[in-house]
Amino acid sequence: MTVLRPAGEFDESYAYDMAIIRRPWQWVALGLFVVAIYLLPAYASQSAISLINRIAISVIAVQGLNLLTGYTGQISLGQAAFMTVGGYVSALLMINLEWSLFVTLPLAALAAGVVGLIFGLPSLRVKGFYLTMSTLAAQFIIPWFTRNAFPDLLNGAQGLNVPVPVLFGVPINSPQRFLYLTITILIITTVVASNAARSRLGRAFVSIRDNDLAAELLGVNLYKYKLQAFFLASVYAGIAGALSAHYLRHINSESFNLGDSIILLGMLIVGGLGTNLGPFLGAALVELLIELATVAGSSLGSIAPSTAAGAVQALRPLFFGAALMLFLIFEPKGLAHRWQLIKAAWRLRPFSH
Amino acid sequence: MGSSSVLLSVENISLTFGRVRALSHVSCDVREGEILAIIGPNGAGKTSLLNCISHFYSPDSGRIMFDGHDLTKTHPSRISRLGIARTFQNIALYTGLSTLDNLMAARHIHMKSGMLASLIYWGFAHREDLEHRRVVEEIIDFLEMEAIRKTVVGALPHGLRKRVELGRALALEPRLLLLDEPMTGMNQEEKEDMARFILDIHELRGVTMVLIEHDMGLVMDIADRVVVLDFGRKIAEGPPHEIKQNPDVIKAYLGQEH
Repeated sequence: MTVLRPAGEFDESYAYDMAIIRRPWQWVALGLFVVAIYLLPAYASQSAISLINRIAISVIAVQGLNLLTGYTGQISLGQAAFMTVGGYVSALLMINLEWSLFVTLPLAALAAGVVGLIFGLPSLRVKGFYLTMSTLAAQFIIPWFTRNAFPDLLNGAQGLNVPVPVLFGVPINSPQRFLYLTITILIITTVVASNAARSRLGRAFVSIRDNDLAAELLGVNLYKYKLQAFFLASVYAGIAGALSAHYLRHINSESFNLGDSIILLGMLIVGGLGTNLGPFLGAALVELLIELATVAGSSLGSIAPSTAAGAVQALRPLFFGAALMLFLIFEPKGLAHRWQLIKAAWRLRPFSH
Repeated sequence: MGSSSVLLSVENISLTFGRVRALSHVSCDVREGEILAIIGPNGAGKTSLLNCISHFYSPDSGRIMFDGHDLTKTHPSRISRLGIARTFQNIALYTGLSTLDNLMAARHIHMKSGMLASLIYWGFAHREDLEHRRVVEEIIDFLEMEAIRKTVVGALPHGLRKRVELGRALALEPRLLLLDEPMTGMNQEEKEDMARFILDIHELRGVTMVLIEHDMGLVMDIADRVVVLDFGRKIAEGPPHEIKQNPDVIKAYLGQEH
């Protein structure tokens, strides 16, 4: 599909042609949107804000997975395991050393990145299904480690109670206050992810995804870039995991399990692999579906009390599974692709082609 | 042409797959500035020879020297840095990227932004992108691809994909260009366009070329010298007019009278 420009808009320089946000009004719209998000605590309900926090944290994890799976084409089922690493590292540093989140968050990201790098090593030798299975190893080894290793420090299966982070003297102890934190970090991760996608790094990633033999012949060092993709994906997972741990104030080996890894991959597919918009749309849709399942489940429980206990638990996977299946059949390129089609149709209006 | 220096020399290459001898004791030289065509019936080992040069295959014996480097001992990802580019028989483009991005991706070896510079983007990586965009736009202009600049190559017809692939190889700014059947599946007009581009690249950019092609008329028109392979052996080498009269070549192509 050729890129369509609105009528009367011309690319007068390469820099202008390459820019993501091109027109002054787009900057204004974006600015207003960000301000509206930051002002949410003033007008939105507690539950809406909790939902947005959850979506934002999922978006960060999916953005990481998008770099690895969407752009580099290395399917990973270990993203939640690297979130576990990030969550534990940040929690431990804060509990034992009482360091500020400004220090523990980057260190958690880095630690997750290094662990991700190690679990990415098989990508040097195997690809496709085989690699997916080997990333699954992370999902078994890391939770096992947190349950069984260093019981004094990690507290076994019980897990850790994570302290409230304090920033600039303010304890971040409510969803409203947490919103400022998650949104600020989300803005940074979004800028970094879109920079990765449009630069030399992103082109190397995509060339590995689309044709690894040709990429190698054109001078791309496959090993180096595959490992960089694993590292970046895990850094994102580490950030998301640390945020989630501080948000929920608790972490154990089951906080981020295989099911979560699959849901993250599902979010990416629903949103659109290899697009900057995909993680946002996918995470938002799936989190909304899970929310809907909760609401539907609890109202089902009030109608038929005998189902109350299981209804919510049963409806969540049902909704997620159905959404994933329908998307794979009807919109395999994800919501981001649909958005592109809508934009193109709008620009060509009233003509259809 | 006879006096110019040797750029690439294939020395006594043999390659086997199991019990199949794909190449046996093949030697040939590519001289600086020439267009060398490799011809031969199907399965003669033409593509195998090219794959040995770009080190997709490691020959069992012999060596391939380019500019003082033994290519059989060079990692595939280093070959392009020595100045060798190629196109593939079954187009190997990055189908999810636009024409422009395919060519930009090929500038990889000429760019320096590392991971951190790429993630920060503003400053060095942005300037570098702009700089290389100019080089790529020149190639787009040269190969008359302006109209498909932003089209995802997965959506392009076969003939244009072949042209994009040629452009991508050119974006490496190679000294030696290996073209594996650049005109398969093309109609007459597309073939003539491609022949014109090949000659232009040769003359205006001074790129040495190795070309595999089945269209004999075309080979005879544009090649300076021809190497003929049959069943993995070199059966003839020389200028086109000699090859046309060579009895071994005629036998290989038309069969022998019994």
